[in-house]
This record gives sequence, structure tokens and C-alpha cells, in this order.
Amino acid sequence: MPDTLLVGVDGSDGGARAAKFAASCARESGARLVVAYVIEWSPYTFNTPEENEARHKRRMEEIGRAEAEVLQPILDVLNEADEIAEGVVQHGHAAEVLSRLAVEHKASQIFIGRRGLSKLQALLFGSTAGSLVQISPVPVTVIP
Amino acid sequence: MVRFFIWLTAMLWTPAAWAQAAGGIDETINTYVAPVSNAIVSVVFYSVPVLGADLPLIVVWLVVAAAIATVYFNFISFRAFGHAIDLIKGDYANPKDAGEVSHFQALATALSGTVGLGNIAGVAIAVSIGGPGATFWMILAGLLGMSLKFAECTLGVKYRNEYADGTVSGGPMYYLSKGLAEKNMGGLGRVLAVFFAVCCIAGALGGGNMFQANQSFQQFVNVTGGEASFMADKGWLFGLIIAIIVGAVIIGGIKSIARVTEKVVPFMAIVYCTAAVVIIVAHIDQVPAAVTAIVVGAFNPEGVAGGAIGALIQGFKRAAFSNEAGVGSASIAHSAVRTKEPVTEGLVALHEPFIDTVVICTMTALVIVITGTYTAGGGMSGVELTSSAFESVFAWFPYVLALAVILFAFSTMLSWSYYGAKCWTYLFGENRTMDLLFKLIFCVFVVIGSSMNLGPVVDFSDSAIFAMAVANIVGLYLLFPVVKRELESYWGRLQRGEIQKYAIDHVGT
Repeated sequence: MPDTLLVGVDGSDGGARAAKFAASCARESGARLVVAYVIEWSPYTFNTPEENEARHKRRMEEIGRAEAEVLQPILDVLNEADEIAEGVVQHGHAAEVLSRLAVEHKASQIFIGRRGLSKLQALLFGSTAGSLVQISPVPVTVIP
Repeated sequence: MVRFFIWLTAMLWTPAAWAQAAGGIDETINTYVAPVSNAIVSVVFYSVPVLGADLPLIVVWLVVAAAIATVYFNFISFRAFGHAIDLIKGDYANPKDAGEVSHFQALATALSGTVGLGNIAGVAIAVSIGGPGATFWMILAGLLGMSLKFAECTLGVKYRNEYADGTVSGGPMYYLSKGLAEKNMGGLGRVLAVFFAVCCIAGALGGGNMFQANQSFQQFVNVTGGEASFMADKGWLFGLIIAIIVGAVIIGGIKSIARVTEKVVPFMAIVYCTAAVVIIVAHIDQVPAAVTAIVVGAFNPEGVAGGAIGALIQGFKRAAFSNEAGVGSASIAHSAVRTKEPVTEGLVALHEPFIDTVVICTMTALVIVITGTYTAGGGMSGVELTSSAFESVFAWFPYVLALAVILFAFSTMLSWSYYGAKCWTYLFGENRTMDLLFKLIFCVFVVIGSSMNLGPVVDFSDSAIFAMAVANIVGLYLLFPVVKRELESYWGRLQRGEIQKYAIDHVGT
């Protein structure tokens, strides 16, 4: 069974660079590549009833938009030469979802871009790369 | 139906037109509305004298239903207490469904509709009339109410409408009509559903709106200098400001205000509970005496009209007012969860009366009993009494409490505007125009509520909220077997290990 690599993208240049790097690794080793986009979402927020009522609809819209605007352009570029990459969109905490997807897809490595946050920014907004390194079940490669 | 609608619109808009005229209008409205209101109040709150105390039958209706539910579902509130916490934590949530409304979110939304003035003012009223013993009965009624809430929220999810665009609509009006139709009682179901919806609209405009607006204005005036306050005679201005903010959220869809409220309200609830705990801990030596007073007062109170029965009535009444178990309102909010098992949402809803009545109301009661403010005289009652109980320990607390009251009132208004709109669209057509029309009416009632002293109208709205329980509980009795079937199927699978937690296996592996 061929090896699987997982890459997290977020629509930024860093994410695109990570996808490109992961794809070149995948080609070298003949691995399959899973490109994941995580929509930041927490089950512990406080919502109005209107938001709850339309949540399912919004979720479908969010997933559709992520697939069309972020994932598909990346997949198109990666799959130009050969079909190596498939896409996944999920809601949740980015680092947790990537870790879970790595287990689910039996990935041997996770690739992720970084945003180059300052210490203060990282403290305020949290760094996905930082927390992924802490909880990932497989080796993580952070692409600058 | 069309004629009824025109009549209702006319009826609703007339007071609004009055509101725009000059002062002295309170009197006119009161004399006009009072006979009608009194008649309805005396029917809904029809009381029988029991050992010198008046026992409203509607309270008996609610508590008996809660007790029957508790026994019929074999004390589900205790059996499933821990499992419900696991559900709220999300242990049983499939990660693939992430992004849908979670159990936690549904519970938080429903709670923001019930946690409010009842927990602050209602408890004070209960203790000042029924003595410390009322607390005991209030807790008992809260514990019984859990099973009733379980039943109505399970049904709310089971019989909700799901539309092609992915939105959902649920609540008693849907389970009454659809659930009873399944049992070949479609006619009765439809009648109950319409009756429920009409009462819910009245309750939303009254107890869920005018009463809240009125109480928050009172609080605002109190902390800004009472009679001398710059706002004292400008209720209409206060109402207008609140109405604009409410309108911005529910009509304008200004999410930022809703988001701020969502975050501030739980924060205020935590501040309130923390302050209560601090006071209780600071007087830890008096806690045994307070608990004794509560237990002894429950069975053998001193100086309470009607004795033990008097205390019981006050306790039961406040619990019902506060957690709304059996009223059916929360079922509307809980119906948004997308779950394959309606029972899970019911189990999560169990915690609503628990948090609302058994935890928050009890804290308020303990603070009032420990600080002894209820015996201090001065004829204090309601928010004032709670405020002075907290003030006796933290001098600055009335300001925090006033802010909490206004914010709780605001979030309660947002919740009830939704409940009312759901019932309105159920009656008059599920479309945006009808939804908008109701929300406009709702905003007008905010102004009316805070600018006038509408005793009879407020009484009427209380009875409207309780009248919801008449239709709802008749339906619940008939639908209890449906809930039981769902529960037994779910519980059996859970016991046999067919329903498993989703392991969080990536951490530490």
C-alpha cells in the first residue's frame, strides 16, 4: 500500500507553498497526498437561535466555498502532472482535525505552512503549526 | 384566518399608536385592558384555597406532570445525569458532523432564554413570601421538571420541520400537530398547536418582552439615582434605545451585537454565581443554620401564610416561572440540533432546569437566607431584595446586578422574539414577510413595556406563558409513549455498547 502524506492549507501563500513542497515529496516517494482545509469552528460557542436554525445551511455553504475557492485551485495545480492529490474540508480546531485526519488516512507525515507570527501574535491568536507540533501523532514538517 | 389576522394586527397596533400619544396613557390602557386581563388571569391562575393559602391549579398541573414524567421515565434525570454531561462535552459527537449545531450550543441558547429575572427577582419573591422553606420546594420542583423538559425537547427534535434549504423549525406547535396526527388525533393536535402558538405569541410580547423591558428600566433608574435619575421619567427613551438595539439584532441581523451579548451574558452569569459562592463561603459558619432554616421551613415554617403549603406554593411557582419546564418554550430552541437521535437532545435539556433552578436559584436563595435580608423588613421584594442581600457584602454589587439584569433581560428578549416569531409564522405562513412583521411588532412592544406601568398587561402575559403549558402538557401526556419508545431504544443500545464515544485517540499516541 502506498504511503500517504497529509498537508494542511488555509488559502494563504504559506499553505500553497506547503502543498507544493508536500506534492514534490509525494512524487519522489510515490505517495498519495491528502490536502486538508480546516474551517475554524468550536462546538462551545454561544449562538442565537437564528444562527442555530440556519447552521446546517451555512455549514454546507462554508464547505462549498472552501472547496471551490481554496482547495480546487490547489488541487488543479498539483494534479496537472498526475493524479496524486485528493481534498478534504472539515470544521473544527485546525491542529486537532489535522491530527485526526492523519490517523484516519494513515498518513506518515503532516506538512503545514506557517504564518510567521510574532511572539505576541502567536500568544493572542495561537499558532496552528505550534499546537500541531505538540499534539500530532506523526512527524510534522513546517514549511517556511 | 385572514380576518383573525387583521383583527390581531389591529389589536396589537392600537396600543402602539397610544404609546406615541402624550402621558397619562397608562391609566387609559389599564382601565381598558384590566377587565379582559383579569378575566384571563383568573382563569389561568384559578386558585383553590388549601389550608389558608391559595393554590393556583396551573402550578399543580405543572408539578403533577413533572412528577408523572419523572416516574414514567424511571427517574431518567438521575440515571442519565452523567451521560448527559458526556453528550454536552461532545464525547459522542461524530467529528465528521463538526460544524453543525452542537449539544452544548443548543443548551447554551436555550439557557440564555430561561436564565434571567426569574433567577434573581423570582427567588427573592419566593423567599420573602414563602420563607426560607420555599427554597426546598423550589429545588424539588426543579428536579422533577428535568424529566418534563427531557420529554418536550426530545419531541421537539423528533417532529421538527426540515426544509429543502437546510434550515429547521421545531417546537410544541409541530409535535402537537404532527405527533398527534400519527395517533389519529390530528384535529385535537391542530387545535392544541394553534392554542399553544397564540399563547406563545402573547407570552413572547408580554413576559418575554414588556416585562423584561420594564424591569430593566426600573433597574437602570434605581442605579442612576432613583427618582432623581435623568432617565426617571423617560421610559419611552430607554425603551426606544433598547428597541433599536433589539431591532438591529433581530431585524437588521447585526451579528456583532448578538455576538457581544452571547459572550457577555454567560460572563455575567459566572460573575453572579461567583459572587454568590464568595458570599456563601465567607459565611460558611452560617450555612448549616441556613440549610436547617430551609429544611425546617419547608415543613414547619413560621409566619408564612398557609404554613408548609404556603411555602410549597411559592417554591413550586418560582421554579415553574424560572425554568419553564412544561411550558414548551425551550423545545423551540433545542430543535435546531441536527442529531440522528432525538433522545440525546432531550437528555442534554435535562440539565437546563438543573442549572437554572437547582444551581442558580438555590445560590440566590442561600445568599438571601444567609445575609438575612428577607427578614430585615422594609417591604423589599424582587430584584431590590436580591440586590440588597448582595450589597450587604459587596457594596458595589448593585451596579453589577443592574447590568446583569439588563443583559439577562436583553438576551431573554432575543430568545422570546425567536419563539414568538416561530409561532407567528406557524400560524400565518412561513415566510420572511410574516417573520419581519412579527419582529417589528416585537420592537414596538419593547417601547410600550418600558414606558408604561402596565400591571394588568404584565399579569396577562404571565398567564399567557402558563397557558402555553395547558396545551403543551395535554400533548405531552399523549406523546409520552413515543418518547419512552425512543428512550428505551437509545438506552438499550447505549447499555449494550452499540453507541460508543468517539475516541480522541490522536493525543499522546
